[in-house]
Amino acid sequence: MDLDATFLARIQFAFTVSFHIIFPSFTIGLAAFIATLLVRWRMTGREHLHRLARFWTKIFAVSFAMGVVSGIVLSYEFGTNWSGFSRIVGNVLGPLLGYEVLTAFFLEASFLGIMLFGWNRVSPNLHVTAAVLVAIGTSLSAFWILAANSWMQTPAGHEVRAGIAYPVSWFEIIFNPSFPYRFSHMFTAAYLTTSLVVAAVGARYLLAGRFIEESKTMLRMGIGMVALLAPLQLVIGDMHGLNTAKHQPAKVAAMEAHWDGSKPADLVLFAIPSETEEKNHFEIALPNIASLIITHEWEGLFKGLKDFAPEDRPPVKPVFFAFRIMVGLGLLMIAAGAIGAFLWWRGALFHTRWFLWPLSISWPAGFIAILAGWWVTETGRQPWLATGIVRTAEAASPVSAGAVLTTLVLFVLIYSVVFSMGIYYINRLIEKGPAGASVKPPEGVPSRPLSAAEEAAHEAIEGTR
Amino acid sequence: MEDTSYWLPLIWVAILGVAVALYVVLDGFDLGIGILFPASPEEADRDQMMNSVAPFWDGNETWLVLGGGGLLVAFPLAYSIIMPAVYLPVIIMLLALVFRGVAFEFRWVAKPHHQIWDLAFAGGSIVASFMQGIILGALLEGPTVRDGVFAGGTFDWLSPFSLLTGVAVVAGYALLGATWLVMKTDGEVQTQAREQAKRILPLVLLALVIVSLWTPFAVPRIFERWFTLPNFLILAPVPLLTAYAAWSCWSALHAGRDTAPFVSTIALFLLGFIGLAVSNLPYIVPPNVDVWQAAAHPSSQLFMLIGVLILLPVILAYTVFVYWTFRGKVRAGEGYH
Ligand code: HDD
Ligand code: HEM
Ligand code: HEM
Repeated sequence: MDLDATFLARIQFAFTVSFHIIFPSFTIGLAAFIATLLVRWRMTGREHLHRLARFWTKIFAVSFAMGVVSGIVLSYEFGTNWSGFSRIVGNVLGPLLGYEVLTAFFLEASFLGIMLFGWNRVSPNLHVTAAVLVAIGTSLSAFWILAANSWMQTPAGHEVRAGIAYPVSWFEIIFNPSFPYRFSHMFTAAYLTTSLVVAAVGARYLLAGRFIEESKTMLRMGIGMVALLAPLQLVIGDMHGLNTAKHQPAKVAAMEAHWDGSKPADLVLFAIPSETEEKNHFEIALPNIASLIITHEWEGLFKGLKDFAPEDRPPVKPVFFAFRIMVGLGLLMIAAGAIGAFLWWRGALFHTRWFLWPLSISWPAGFIAILAGWWVTETGRQPWLATGIVRTAEAASPVSAGAVLTTLVLFVLIYSVVFSMGIYYINRLIEKGPAGASVKPPEGVPSRPLSAAEEAAHEAIEGTR
Repeated sequence: MEDTSYWLPLIWVAILGVAVALYVVLDGFDLGIGILFPASPEEADRDQMMNSVAPFWDGNETWLVLGGGGLLVAFPLAYSIIMPAVYLPVIIMLLALVFRGVAFEFRWVAKPHHQIWDLAFAGGSIVASFMQGIILGALLEGPTVRDGVFAGGTFDWLSPFSLLTGVAVVAGYALLGATWLVMKTDGEVQTQAREQAKRILPLVLLALVIVSLWTPFAVPRIFERWFTLPNFLILAPVPLLTAYAAWSCWSALHAGRDTAPFVSTIALFLLGFIGLAVSNLPYIVPPNVDVWQAAAHPSSQLFMLIGVLILLPVILAYTVFVYWTFRGKVRAGEGYH
């Protein structure tokens, strides 16, 4: 088990899981958004809601497919890259992943078929139900996988015998100390991300003077959610951080680039932390504010990185910078929500171009913040795979570095192609917009080979010209 | 406690068996569609072929996640040995599934420049099936294990036998795909699928016979299982039923029936699966690790078993419901695109 293979396996896992999370971040919120649109359509009968739902369903289908295929890769990588994972913590984490498959994956994957292809096959009410079930499935999936991940961060409800973890209390395992915070933080993050994408697309259409009615709905729903959720996310994130300070102090020290635990901590706005010299260069800091945030006391003390042996410290730079990127974007989102809500209240939301323009390009913000957040969480957990139980290096699979390198290269190449094409196609669907024959094309139409599907496809092409 | 730790692994190996069998049959036919793609160059035919599986493929593939996940849940030790042992085939299979999975959506939005996704769909399906066959062959041969850890080399999985099982699985899935098309389509596509099925069936049978003879003669343990009394008599129905299923598939194809060929192909697959199980149980990593050695802690198996007993019937119910919703022949042009 040489170190090189372990290091490559880490890069490979980080790459594939980061790729995967991009899609859940979007599909969790989008499923709920589409379900909401359909429910509102059933209640009000307003056709543009139906058009919007159909439009977003196409984008959903493309993203969901990428989420599914990249997720299947991950569930096998636990074995291919981290065979020690299943041997050492499999007794505890296996069932959580198993419950995810049984409660969530089957639900979403099965009803997805009806949601995508059932427009004319089933009654509208059943179709709406399918969309709601898909949305529930995505949320359940987040529940279980985050329970598993949180247990790796803050294990509880288990006992270790001869180096192997055994379950003692399933309730404590699932509702481990960091789970409530991580679940609400990630869930809010997913909704925020989708809301921003929806609002950005609405703004893009309004700027171009297209699909006015649909855009207004998108903008109202998107901005409304951001105005509500962005501040909430700050509160949850703060509580999350306090919890981390209690259970994973080394991670918090890295997040704040706080070296010396014997002194109160400044809030470092910018710095280049140096792991070898154990100090920060080019530091710009607000005195004592970090102590205030984490201990709620001006002179409060919390552990610094030097309180941990070097082999027990997480890498500082990635944790430190990723944390700042996430929080920075969070603050920008709060600002966007507040300004948007203010303009809405003044009745100016739909024609204030200086606001619509930045909004229209803000769609990546949520994705970047989510990736940054996960990099904080996961890199900050190092060198542990499951805190205090097993180190990452001990869990690595007995495979050769050459094999891991080969597959890593393949992953990077193939994912790059698939991802760029996916983005390109989604953009093309957005270009085309929620136009066209919205309801009931084929049924009853004589079964001319390839009627609706091909027409719609060709229509999509023309839309881009 | 003695009792539960004896029975639980057996119950679990049965559950896993059901999951894997369902996966093979369900994803088998939609992978089969991809394998048959190159033989149908017409765009309209391909649309129809793809539409016949589009609402189901995701649900079908989820059984693969249950198979892998179930192995991790119930037999973590086996999971930790098998995955590194077949590292490359597993990863290549997953990458092939990526290509093929996204093709379902990309192909439509890419039109009229969708040829590359036709290629991705066909290539991905063929490679994924071939790799699954290789994984099967490598497991039957048994990875090298020392102290409960995989101790072999990077290419141990590659052997004449695993190449043979690779080809066998590709042919088998193609047969499932062709008989599925006979059932779900009409016109040109159906006629062609029927002809293909007639040609593929003998190939599949040949592969079945070779594998069934190869394993007992290569592995004494398996020979003993089948060819000693009274086992020989008790197990005799397996090959006899297999022969019957093959014959009924053949005659149903020639009689022009729509559903029967697919049903008898499924029977063929299930019997083959039972045959493999008979040969290898109670080993889960043959011939080194049996189900009791690999089992997770009883409390983990039990906790998960409760979930399976409650949820699996529900899943099966709504799976049936989805298939029932899209019953009958594919209607031309159906889809949300
Ligand atoms: C917060 C949510 C979340 C997180 C942290 C993860 N996933 Fe995920 N996953 C989902 C949320 C999700 C989802 C919303 O349920 C998906 C995403 C895209 C999708 O379309 O379904 C999904 C799909 C998905 C699938 C395909 C399911 C199917 O066949 O339908 C698998 C096997 C996994 N994931 C496995 C994993 C693993 C092993 C992860 C951790 C390393 C992981 N996911 C992180
Ligand atoms: C979905 C969002 C996630 C992202 C973006 C993410 C990101 C990462 C990153 C960047 C690493 C590498 C850390 C390093 O080596 O420095 C990593 C490692 C890992 N993560 Fe995650 N992670 C996510 C979720 C999860 C979940 C939900 C689980 C488990 C249930 C998990 C399990 C692991 C494992 C087993 C490793 C490998 C060992 C390690 O390097 O620590 N991750 N992840
Ligand atoms: C606005 C201020 C925010 C604060 C104070 C904050 C705080 C935190 C903290 C302390 C962690 C690390 C927890 C740990 O691993 O122990 C974290 C992780 C994370 N953050 Fe944030 N966050 C904020 C905004 C955001 C935003 C806007 C998003 C995305 C839209 C986001 C997404 C995430 C994600 C996905 C994780 C990793 C999963 C987790 O551990 O919860 N955060 N956040």
